[in-house]
Amino acid sequence: MDLESKLSPIVRDMAPSGIRRFFDLVTQIPDAISLGVGEPDFVTPYHIRKAVTESLEHGPTSYTSNQGLPELLTAISAYLEKQFHLKYRAETELITTFGGSEAIDLALRALICPGDEVLVVEPSYVSYEPCVVLAGGIPVPVATHASEGFKLRVEDLERRVTPKTKALIICFPNNPTGAIMTAEDYAPIVEFVKKHELIVISDEIYAELTYGGKKHVSIASFDGMKDHTILINGFSKSFAMTGWRIGYIAAPEVLWKGMLKIHQYTALCAPRMSQIAALEALQNGIQECNNMMQQYDRRRRFVVHSLTEMGLICMNPEGAFYAFPSIASTGLDAETFAEQLLLEEGVAVVPGGVFGPSGTEHIRCSYATSLERLGEAMKRMTRFVDRKREKNADDLLRLG
Amino acid sequence: MELQEEILSILSENARLTMEQISHIVNQPIDIVQETIDTLEKNQAIIAYQCVIDWKKIGKQRVRALIDVQVTPQQSYGFDVIAKRIAMYEEVVNVYLMSGAYDLSISLEVDSLEAVGRFVTEKLAPLDFVVNTRTHFILKKFKEANVLLDTEGPDNRLHIAP
Repeated sequence: MDLESKLSPIVRDMAPSGIRRFFDLVTQIPDAISLGVGEPDFVTPYHIRKAVTESLEHGPTSYTSNQGLPELLTAISAYLEKQFHLKYRAETELITTFGGSEAIDLALRALICPGDEVLVVEPSYVSYEPCVVLAGGIPVPVATHASEGFKLRVEDLERRVTPKTKALIICFPNNPTGAIMTAEDYAPIVEFVKKHELIVISDEIYAELTYGGKKHVSIASFDGMKDHTILINGFSKSFAMTGWRIGYIAAPEVLWKGMLKIHQYTALCAPRMSQIAALEALQNGIQECNNMMQQYDRRRRFVVHSLTEMGLICMNPEGAFYAFPSIASTGLDAETFAEQLLLEEGVAVVPGGVFGPSGTEHIRCSYATSLERLGEAMKRMTRFVDRKREKNADDLLRLG
Repeated sequence: MELQEEILSILSENARLTMEQISHIVNQPIDIVQETIDTLEKNQAIIAYQCVIDWKKIGKQRVRALIDVQVTPQQSYGFDVIAKRIAMYEEVVNVYLMSGAYDLSISLEVDSLEAVGRFVTEKLAPLDFVVNTRTHFILKKFKEANVLLDTEGPDNRLHIAP
């Protein structure tokens, strides 16, 4: 029997993630310093782990309601209001999910009919496009530009919108660029969304990670935008809880109902233990979150300075934990740069093209790694960049 | 003031960073960082740069003991003089004046249990003003100078993650 032919053509024809190939390469070099990791290097704060072990000792291990534990939903509602001035009703507008990833899938499957177009702002997290395709939609990439600090511009949206466009996926603070959107940056985007009656799927998983006194602004907080927004957030990045797989969705009731149907049939509920952890994080974890932020901020300044000093053009990231320098000046493309850097100096970074065509001249360096290791990585990278530049100059001379 | 605090906080975690690295982290020119550290050293806000060591890792035995000491202040000198006298012994790592039943708390680091005994019987107890001592041996260290010991597992994150 030809098993290949049994696979859905959508799945069969889907290209494997570009990050996968690189992952396989890195695993062959066990001592590499990896700046390729998109998750905190901190372990989940102790009091959060403790809350879960205590809860396990006392017993409740059953399903929770589809949306999640009522006390957690209430805590999320209070948190969203306090931190981002968003008002969501715990009972009818929130769902806890298996991390932000399930939330993305729920949002897309609830909205998309075959042939619907979805604007995907890139460079971006690798799962948006495949999830649009799996939901039967057509992903339409919308570029952001290094020259604009990778902020989303309305002109780029206007060029790509059609009568078939139903939704827009954004992620700010952004993975991989570290760009954020201020209220001023958002103003024209908000007008655009209203004019075209779109739904924004806003992945705000890095909302707590902003620097230099800049607070995160949610697009849902603009007048009238709650009805246009499916907000996605979670605990992975801000509370160092990636392995717990716990996130949530906030949306107006009609959309909430639709997504809840899918969630109840495909996931039933988020893991109870992870919900307990999330509740503890919201109730007592903000201080720890701020301590981690202080460490990220130090590393951020160090890495950006070091990259700039080695002559790479690197925008100052205002959120998340990534620097996204251009490596064009070395004469290499990002794939080659990343591969040679790994093989010659044992430092792993992610070639920017993995995150979309606008990232092809960039590499993503995660600074969720100790200062000691970052120091060593920057030293090796400086050596590498100097060598490549010299070679590039020689090659140009020879050609000239 | 903010810069001083930031630099102290960075050095308290890792005093081996270079001036250049610190200047990158705090986003200030090297000479400003150097000047700030010079001032902090001069006014003794920075007292010393030391290293947190796990002697076991090189096969050395070090015995750490905590000794509570009860003393009688003399007419001509008080706790300060007594504490400073005890602090002169090179085996003594810390000396604190305490509230509670005992007056001073001392910690000692030597290379054997016998050496602790010798210190107490030959150096500490004979002092005129020492009335009573109580010695506690440290059996195992779990955290030292804010650093967790023996818990540093390998980084078990995936090498590359989106």
